[in-house]
Amino acid sequence: MTTPVEAEETLGADAAAGDSPWQTIVWNDPVNLMSYVTYVFQKLFGYSRDHATKLMLDVHHKGKAVVSSGTKEKVEGDVAKLHAAGLWATMEQP
Amino acid sequence: MKGWRRKGGKVLAGFEQQEAAVLRGLVSQVDDMLRARAQEAPEDELSELTGIKTGPSESPNDPVLSRLLPDFHKLDPDNPSTEDLDSVAALRSLHEPEVLDAKVGVAAVVMDTLPPEGGDIRLTYEQADAWLSALNDVRLALGTALDVTDDMPDELPEEDPRAPHLGVYHWLTWVQESLVQALTE
Repeated sequence: MTTPVEAEETLGADAAAGDSPWQTIVWNDPVNLMSYVTYVFQKLFGYSRDHATKLMLDVHHKGKAVVSSGTKEKVEGDVAKLHAAGLWATMEQP
Repeated sequence: MKGWRRKGGKVLAGFEQQEAAVLRGLVSQVDDMLRARAQEAPEDELSELTGIKTGPSESPNDPVLSRLLPDFHKLDPDNPSTEDLDSVAALRSLHEPEVLDAKVGVAAVVMDTLPPEGGDIRLTYEQADAWLSALNDVRLALGTALDVTDDMPDELPEEDPRAPHLGVYHWLTWVQESLVQALTE
């Protein structure tokens, strides 16, 4: 018998990095449905319906919204998931 | 097709044979494009050993594929910085395979659950989520090909070559909207 080597905890890596966090931006586009965009925000990020709706309306009216933020790795994953769902997402470090 | 409804933990709808044929045809066309794109991925021994796939670093030339697989940064259209260009290439290469896998996966769910002859279908919530993504991919593809805008009319003038296809686009929109409603009611 053996036990697996436990992966080293990376807790606190966010704070230690010292860089400003990255942001996930979703842009308005003429195809995606407002109801679907709200649903995707709820599903992917676990946001309440109210918060997801507010973000969707920002995308719709202002042309874009910051929908998540964090380490580069986290935001990369969020953008990839949004692309898989068909939303037009990009990432930036303000 | 009279819309989706939720019943007993499942999501139900009935499709006419012609509706099933149209939807399956579109889903498989998009699937073909995505698979062809996946074939463009560079092959290397390290990827084969580790199972970690690397995708192409360049954005697709085709406007439909490029909408389905956007860049990870918004590039300055006139004068993109070298740093942004390098990062966009690296992020695409790293993440495009997983995005393609997800899209091919949801297309397969539609093809597996919608019989060619149509009929009543019952989806789990998980399958319904896959349908939503696949319907969205098809709408993005068709919307890009038809050059759909925010103020797209319900019908185009008869002489517009896009006119016959716009009805299909609007139908797909309705099918997707109805599915979101069924899942969120």
